[in-house]
Amino acid sequence: MENAWIIPLFPLLSFLFLLLFGKRLKETSAYIGMLFTLLSFIYSLVVLFDRFSNPTYKAEATWLTIGDVQLTAGFEINQLNALMLVIVSLVSFLVHTYSKGYMHGDDRFHVFYAYLGLFTFAMLGLVISPNLLQTYIFWELVGAGSFLLIGFYFYKEEAKAAAKKAFIMTRIGDVGLLIGMILLFWQVGSFEYDEIFQAVEAGSVSAGMVTLTAILIFVGAVGKSGQFPLHTWLPDAMEGPTPVSALIHAATMVAAGVYLVAALFPLFTASETALMVVAIIGAVTAIFAASIGLVQKDIKRVLAYSTVSQLGYMMLALGSAGYVAGVFHLMTHAFFKALLFLAAGSVIHAVHTQNIEEMGGLWKKLRITGPLFLIGTLAISGVPLFSGFFSKDEILIAAWAHGNTVLFWLAVIAAFFTAFYMFRLFFMVFSGNARSEMKNVHESPSVMTFPMIVLGILAVVAGYVNTPWFGTFLGDWLVDGNEALGHGHIEGPAWIMIVATVVSLLGIFLAWMMYGKRSISRDWLSSRMPIVYGILYNKYYIDEFYQLSVVNATKFFSYLFHYIEKFLVEGIVKGITGVVQGLGRIGSKIQSGQIQGYGAMAFVGLALLLVIFAITGGYLK
Amino acid sequence: MSSVPISAYLTLALILFCIGLYGALTKRNMVIVLISIELMLNSVNINLVAFSKFGMVPSITGQVFSLFTIAIAAAEAAVGLAILIALYRNRKTVNIDEMNTMKH
Repeated sequence: MENAWIIPLFPLLSFLFLLLFGKRLKETSAYIGMLFTLLSFIYSLVVLFDRFSNPTYKAEATWLTIGDVQLTAGFEINQLNALMLVIVSLVSFLVHTYSKGYMHGDDRFHVFYAYLGLFTFAMLGLVISPNLLQTYIFWELVGAGSFLLIGFYFYKEEAKAAAKKAFIMTRIGDVGLLIGMILLFWQVGSFEYDEIFQAVEAGSVSAGMVTLTAILIFVGAVGKSGQFPLHTWLPDAMEGPTPVSALIHAATMVAAGVYLVAALFPLFTASETALMVVAIIGAVTAIFAASIGLVQKDIKRVLAYSTVSQLGYMMLALGSAGYVAGVFHLMTHAFFKALLFLAAGSVIHAVHTQNIEEMGGLWKKLRITGPLFLIGTLAISGVPLFSGFFSKDEILIAAWAHGNTVLFWLAVIAAFFTAFYMFRLFFMVFSGNARSEMKNVHESPSVMTFPMIVLGILAVVAGYVNTPWFGTFLGDWLVDGNEALGHGHIEGPAWIMIVATVVSLLGIFLAWMMYGKRSISRDWLSSRMPIVYGILYNKYYIDEFYQLSVVNATKFFSYLFHYIEKFLVEGIVKGITGVVQGLGRIGSKIQSGQIQGYGAMAFVGLALLLVIFAITGGYLK
Repeated sequence: MSSVPISAYLTLALILFCIGLYGALTKRNMVIVLISIELMLNSVNINLVAFSKFGMVPSITGQVFSLFTIAIAAAEAAVGLAILIALYRNRKTVNIDEMNTMKH
């Protein structure tokens, strides 16, 4: 554990190496990236197992001293960090492997791998940071990596716009995080997590300030995790290559917001209001995004909204004091959502379209992708025995136990939506008749199916580390030795599990009726309630609303200031320079170099002086 | 002798000085300019001598002083002419309008 700092350095090495030699290596770059991330993953596993038997390890060194304040950098391996290290490095390794097949033939293949390395470095650095400042540095690096990867196809206008949008929207959240961080530093005098928690626990920070800072930091998490109302960048970010969506927009970066709230959990639990805000935003996002996902036609966008919705679940769990439930769902979601994205990438790779209306009947053609996609779908829908079932159940119990009845029912409805739209997606892509124009459909190479199989296995079994039936190992371990994080397992009424199961099965059944068996017409909603359908299809017009309000207002102000700058400020500046230039020109004309002119000038000056002297001295009277 | 008042000397000196100044400022030929400067110096000499005789405190110092001035003026004229000749050799002209290299 003492050398855990080396874990983020492997991907950094990969990044630097590919930056220098990538052009020569071409597609062999993939092996470099894979090797380094595999090393990271292996070492992360070692650290995780080490952490099972040893206490939290923390090492720090001062890098800047300002007066009495010492700023430190270092790393901390607590339970959450060790778990995150494994999740991130594993998904990153699998995505590196998968991309070898998916990105095959791309001109900038090596650049892609370099970016992946940079991103993985930032993310791994983020999850072992022991203080807020270091977290913030990596937080922004993660944003930069995401920007580069979303805009990887920069020759596409949409990709460019999406990259900018992602960067700017998360930046709006980051402002909140920065302010919260500064306020905390002002109050506590330290960026260290431990010292912040101690100060909060000791009550040396006023209750109002705790609430304020917690909410401001949560704003940062809202931006990064695509929570309502800053969620709009995430679906647009699907313009990036699909492996990127799997890595960044399913398993790691968007989970960073959840991770941040989890890492600062004692701060949030100290304020009931802050927890409530987190829970409400989470639940609203969960149902809101799920309802949009019901009608989208782009396979990746459906998954993107599903990601937003699932992140909402995690926030709901954390906001309901369900620390374990949130982190548990973060883990299972990372596996099954990465699986779904990779499988979607495999489908896109095969049929070269993202529109699910143009797909169909792929079950027989994609013999490996199909069942794996089904596993992912079952897991996310919360079907019993799959990982999503256990973690979602934990969340529902946490919400119920915390007394958030309304939010609980919202989450149940969202679970129903989730099951419905995921199976709608599944049936539309894989069942029905094959399209005639899709003749050359073929299964992806094994370098792409292997990561999916690994994730498929994890999507099934990952839930069993924390079940009400066989023991809550993960939960007990996560909160071990830290009462501030709550209990390892929250007892809840048994009917919640039954309700969750029934609801998800209902959703699946309805999807099957509409898109599998087709006994209910597909356009049932769009023909009966075109307004509702329109609102959902246009994502509640949020983008348009932002365009009209925020973007236009910003544009108005920027133009206003632009013209003020151009005419008022520049006018003044030009006037001043004009006067000076004019004076200079006159001065330079006087400086003719003619000694006689100078002499005359001196004489006239002297004469004038004499006259003035005569008048003021009174000699003329 | 003593019937000539000081104002006459001073007026003569003033007129000479003005002629000298006028010549120094307007003439284009450097030789003339040099001569004009000599004229101005001599008008000052007249002043000095006049004040040494008719001043508030008459003293021989004024006349001694004017002798000094004459000596220095001679030296100055020699140096000035030497510079002038050097310039002339360099530029092939004594026109003062063309001596404006200080401007650049």
